[in-house]
Amino acid sequence: MSVESSVDLTASSAAYGPDNPAPVIEPPRARTKRTPRNRRTNFEMHAWLFMRLSGIVLVVLVIGHLLIQLVLDGGVSRIGFAFVAGRWASPFWQVWDLLMLWLAMIHGTNGMRTVINDYAERDNTRFWLKMLLYTASVFTILLGTLVIFTFDPNIR
Amino acid sequence: MTRRYDGRGRWSVIRPGPTDSEAGRPLSPHPEGISVPAGTLYRGREGMWSWVAHRVTGVTIFFFLFVHVLDTALVRVSPEAYDTVIASYKTPLVSLMEYGLVAAVLFHALNGLRLIAVDFWGNGPRYQRQMLWTVMGIWLVLMAGAAYPVLHHAAEILFGE
Repeated sequence: MSVESSVDLTASSAAYGPDNPAPVIEPPRARTKRTPRNRRTNFEMHAWLFMRLSGIVLVVLVIGHLLIQLVLDGGVSRIGFAFVAGRWASPFWQVWDLLMLWLAMIHGTNGMRTVINDYAERDNTRFWLKMLLYTASVFTILLGTLVIFTFDPNIR
Repeated sequence: MTRRYDGRGRWSVIRPGPTDSEAGRPLSPHPEGISVPAGTLYRGREGMWSWVAHRVTGVTIFFFLFVHVLDTALVRVSPEAYDTVIASYKTPLVSLMEYGLVAAVLFHALNGLRLIAVDFWGNGPRYQRQMLWTVMGIWLVLMAGAAYPVLHHAAEILFGE
């Protein structure tokens, strides 16, 4: 009985030896032409942090907004063009609304991105839903910003 | 040994394991003290349902926000166009929806602060359940306080002065 026969060689490794070397397997982190360097970023961590920081600010901005628009001094019944004109005459409320618009839209868009990533399983569906989301969000943010900056109380 | 059917062709087996004290583990928040083996169906408790509610309220608020920016943009069209659309905000049905919006915003805000506490406060994960019941308590008080200001116009239209 030879020495070799006492070692169990599995089928896959039995055929390899000095004369028949095993193929080289490229390590998974190897850089290729498409990924010449480490492209990983901290985007998800920054998004996570943004949700919490913007959330704290939005609690103040949005609850203040709801108090003024729906609760105090007659609530929604007094809202109209004249009411908007009165509030946007003050730069304080313009900045308030602008900040609220941007933070809420980015906060909400990132939340919707998470929801889409969770439930849309097909790559194409996920991609196009997110493109639709980003298009709608950019449109809404730009429209709202334009309205706040170009508001004209004497439009008619 | 218990079996549970999920209604979609899959059975799962629930094996009662040793209690935490029998196994020498610290006591789990599970009231029976039973460790549930891996592979059983996940039935969430407060933590999961608050997650579901946070998601549902968040998506609701996002869609409202989209509509709300569009209706506000009418101030650039004409005062009449804006006032016409805002008049619909003063109808009883939409007032009720505004109350629902307040409910969604208040829950999302309070639960969001709880999530921040869970993430950044050392004892946050330990007290997450107590914090959720605190959130629900504050939410109920605020909702009771918002009921009259938000809904009394609708009540006057529907039931008279």
